[in-house]
Amino acid sequence: MAPVATPFFFYLFAAIMLIGGIAVITRRNPVHSALALIVALLAQASLYLMLYAPFVAGVQIILYAGGIMVLFLFVIMLVSIERSMKERQFNSQWVMGIVAATALGGLFIAVYTKGKDIFPDRALPLSALEAPNTQSIATLLYGQYMFAFEIASLLLLVAIIGAVVMAKKRI
Amino acid sequence: MESMLHITTLHYLVLGAALFLLGVIGVLTRRNVVIVLMSIELILNAVNLNLVAFSHYWQGMPARLGGGATAVHGQVFAIFVITDAAAEAAVGLGILIAFFRNKETVNVDEINLLKW
Repeated sequence: MAPVATPFFFYLFAAIMLIGGIAVITRRNPVHSALALIVALLAQASLYLMLYAPFVAGVQIILYAGGIMVLFLFVIMLVSIERSMKERQFNSQWVMGIVAATALGGLFIAVYTKGKDIFPDRALPLSALEAPNTQSIATLLYGQYMFAFEIASLLLLVAIIGAVVMAKKRI
Repeated sequence: MESMLHITTLHYLVLGAALFLLGVIGVLTRRNVVIVLMSIELILNAVNLNLVAFSHYWQGMPARLGGGATAVHGQVFAIFVITDAAAEAAVGLGILIAFFRNKETVNVDEINLLKW
């Protein structure tokens, strides 16, 4: 089945994502930032669906919007935000930060305008529809990338222990 | 106008670059540690969008070059990046709670205990 109205939905979700991202870095209240980040993540999951990556889209919704953001909201609940909301919102080196970010943006613009022909600019192919997506990912994940998968599980174990050690009052 | 209406891999790459830039601005200028961590999540998501877009592009390559419909290497990498983001968020927020217990603040300007 060929997709319908792809440009419209691409620009819609891109706009939602960028507005959500701008809201994340401009809101004074961290709770509002977290909710805007959830909106941006859901829009990004929609873009994954448009790229024929339904498994990654599901992981994005369940793990990011459902798991990591709940963790963020819990921590916002634990630390008191009233005082920091009344203070100024930009750190002491924000001028240098803006300069560095502008330089990075100039680099991106230069790369994407000058190197447009190097980057693949033909239309996205539809061949991805042929294979079952989750099965392909599982075959790669438990075959070719088995070692990296085990390292990732070890990383999660280290992160669990680290988070408990950090957050505990007395070991 | 014709190139605007024809969604290619480059569109996704430019969107990813814009999101990355937003995340960088947030990390470099905001004062609240929680929002800095959320900006790092934005950066990781921009990378993920690039990875999935390239994965889709690669699926259209001929199979003799390693492409084909089942070559979803970029999506596997995106899953690894999401795992990494989960670990990073857990450890970062743990550090944040420990820091808040000691200094009663969430401002990055006051995180200077190791600075001489």
